[in-house]
Amino acid sequence: MYNKVTDADIAALKAILGNKNVLVGDEISPDYSHDELSGVEKMPETVVKVSSTEEISAVMKLAYSRSIPVTVRGSGTGLVGAAVPVMGGILMETLKMNKILSLDSDNLTVTVQPGVLLMELAEFAEQHDFLYPPDPGEKSATVGGNISTNAGGMRAVKYGVTRDYVRSLTVVMPNGEVITLGGKVAKNSSGYSLKDLVIGSEGTLCIISEAVLKLVPLPKHSISLLVPFCNMKSAIEAVPKIICSKVIPTAIEYMSRDTILFSEDYLGKKFPDTKSDAYILLTFDGSTKEQVDKDMEIVADLCLEIGATDVYIVDTDERKKAVWSARGAFLEAIKASTTEMDECDVVVPVNKIDEFIKYTHELAEIHNVRIPSFGHAGDGNLHVYICRDKLSKTKWERTLSLCFDSMYKKARELGGLVSGEHGIGYVKKSYLKYQYGDVHVAIMEGIKKVFDEKNILNPGKIY
Amino acid sequence: MKILVCVKQVPGSSNVEVDPVTGVLKRNGVLSKINPYDLYAIETALFISEKFGAEVESITMGPPQAKDVILETVCMGASRGTVLSDRRFAGADVLSTAHTLSHGIKISGKYDIIICGKQTTDGDTAQVGAELAEYLGIPNVSNVISVNDIRENKLYLTAGLDDKTVSLSITMPCLISVEGDINTPRLPSYKIKRSLNDDVVRFLSLDDFNDKNAERFGLNGSATQVERIFPPEKNDTKITFDGDYKNQASNLYSLLVSKKMLEVEK
Ligand SMILES: Cc1cc2nc3c(=O)[nH]c(=O)nc-3n(C[C@H](O)[C@H](O)[C@H](O)COP(=O)(O)OP(=O)(O)OC[C@H]3O[C@@H](n4cnc5c(N)ncnc54)[C@H](O)[C@@H]3O)c2cc1C
Repeated sequence: MYNKVTDADIAALKAILGNKNVLVGDEISPDYSHDELSGVEKMPETVVKVSSTEEISAVMKLAYSRSIPVTVRGSGTGLVGAAVPVMGGILMETLKMNKILSLDSDNLTVTVQPGVLLMELAEFAEQHDFLYPPDPGEKSATVGGNISTNAGGMRAVKYGVTRDYVRSLTVVMPNGEVITLGGKVAKNSSGYSLKDLVIGSEGTLCIISEAVLKLVPLPKHSISLLVPFCNMKSAIEAVPKIICSKVIPTAIEYMSRDTILFSEDYLGKKFPDTKSDAYILLTFDGSTKEQVDKDMEIVADLCLEIGATDVYIVDTDERKKAVWSARGAFLEAIKASTTEMDECDVVVPVNKIDEFIKYTHELAEIHNVRIPSFGHAGDGNLHVYICRDKLSKTKWERTLSLCFDSMYKKARELGGLVSGEHGIGYVKKSYLKYQYGDVHVAIMEGIKKVFDEKNILNPGKIY
Repeated sequence: MKILVCVKQVPGSSNVEVDPVTGVLKRNGVLSKINPYDLYAIETALFISEKFGAEVESITMGPPQAKDVILETVCMGASRGTVLSDRRFAGADVLSTAHTLSHGIKISGKYDIIICGKQTTDGDTAQVGAELAEYLGIPNVSNVISVNDIRENKLYLTAGLDDKTVSLSITMPCLISVEGDINTPRLPSYKIKRSLNDDVVRFLSLDDFNDKNAERFGLNGSATQVERIFPPEKNDTKITFDGDYKNQASNLYSLLVSKKMLEVEK
């Protein structure tokens, strides 16, 4: 079905991109064969480093005419194998397209290339007194990757996710044609929103080569609260009550004592408090200190009323760093605590989180396996990790599949969905099919066909 | 046993701008906070108090609003604190600050251990602790990284000396200055904050001191004068390595070695 990359193809790619931007054989680092977690591995036949929309288009014209599969890769920090070239072919890296092209202070937008890193964009926005709200944990991910996975993150409760900040996309179609979707406009009822189809499509429909993103004025003040509870149940039950208080925190994160201890080990740094079994971490932001303090106090009083053992104030840069750097390290810390692990990133209605986490505890007992979790409690998005520890390979694979089957089934029963923010990629495909059923998947397949009739863009993903 | 922690209110952000013409820190609109280094001192005091039993108090010199940092120490677990506040204390350099603190401490009570942070983020001299001990006539140890034991009126400590550590003991009453980053300071409790009343803070002025001679305090009592404050030069140079990943790694390695950021084992 697909052609292998030949010497003639390499020569043609080098003619487009220059010799040093086309890697073959030994020049290809093994890093290009995997992402951060999924366990899927496959070396590409060649890695190409693109620098412009024109170069992407020229590479796609070649790949299209030669029927060679192309997988786009940002920083490769994905967790579901989306950026792994499972069919081989060309791996196209966007990291050289790392320019912030323009800031439009009148329309509150910034125009970027896809290889700009989230941390670079965040810093740029702040320097100009703006905030780019999406705040996924991995700051070295690219904007292109974030858009392609519709990355969520810690500020979703108040500000929403990446999708809510994409105004327009310039994309290269599989045959090399370049089109622009959406515009620098706040509203749009002009037919099907193709821009929104592309967001979250994990590089399967077209290649994002430029994006216009929305910014908001930088909130001048922020404060976090670390709220200890004597057990998981009371911590999680507090979340819907906080949301009902009508004060909207930017973040509501849930964490258990075990997870915090893993991060202490991993970072070699003590967390400010580990006396309680479960914690909720909240952040409030706003333009004045008075407003932020008022919001904070309403929720702090409420937490004490509903059973928090105390409420700790996280107000200075140092305190925020001590708490949030631990929060940012949870995934890596759990990974370091075990031999192998896999993740379930389900999203459930906020008032069902309690039930879901309790269920994972039951599963851990039934299957005699460790299942730590943490998550964006305020938006119902949980990160649940099944740890292999000392299990044999066969036992592990069996346990993992039993636990996953049960968890995705439970999430579905509770009205939840397979992935809140990490995507489907390669490793969650069967659960998506299970969730959506044939008709839904057939529509997705149809959409894919219209964009990419030769199925050369990131084949083997999503469904 | 009674422990006193010295704390200071400093600008809330490390990015305080310096007016390029006058050289004065632009403090307008900048919120203040407790000197981050002092948090390690407070945590050390609270650790001693939990392990060996002690009452912890705090003291600061500053304008009336420095009361906030004393309240914060109380929210972290101190029982009360003192603000030394008087216009005549203004403009104090290190020596004058240590002198003022020593007078405040002498009339505040008897303390077995006085703990200072290593330095402040706005003055950065790291000298107040040692000078204060001199004024009080008590022994002191700087760069303390851990308090290991308290026995027979002695404090057993570990202190850092660049690439070595020393274990030593010091007779109480004494003063120690603790290094930064030696513990994770606990967070202030909103529960305590909610129930605070004003009597946990006491204000003292020059009129309360035994030595009431204004010539010996504030700017008048300072041995040094600031001529100019200016921001350090910024270096934004970026180096990018191209080529395959092995070349990039070896170029990076050579650069780090040449800058003495990596040591090569011979
Ligand atoms: C420690 C850690 C914490 C994380 N925390 C979060 C979190 O809080 N929230 C969250 O949502 N995610 C999180 N992630 C997951 C990951 O960072 C995101 O999925 C991120 O969006 C991936 O970006 P990337 O540049 O690494 O993309 P890659 O992994 O390189 O690619 C991801 C997908 O995007 C496609 N793609 C990349 N660039 C383009 C482009 N220009 N055009 C078309 N398709 C493209 C790829 O083909 C692939 O399908 C975390 C990951 C780690 C390791």
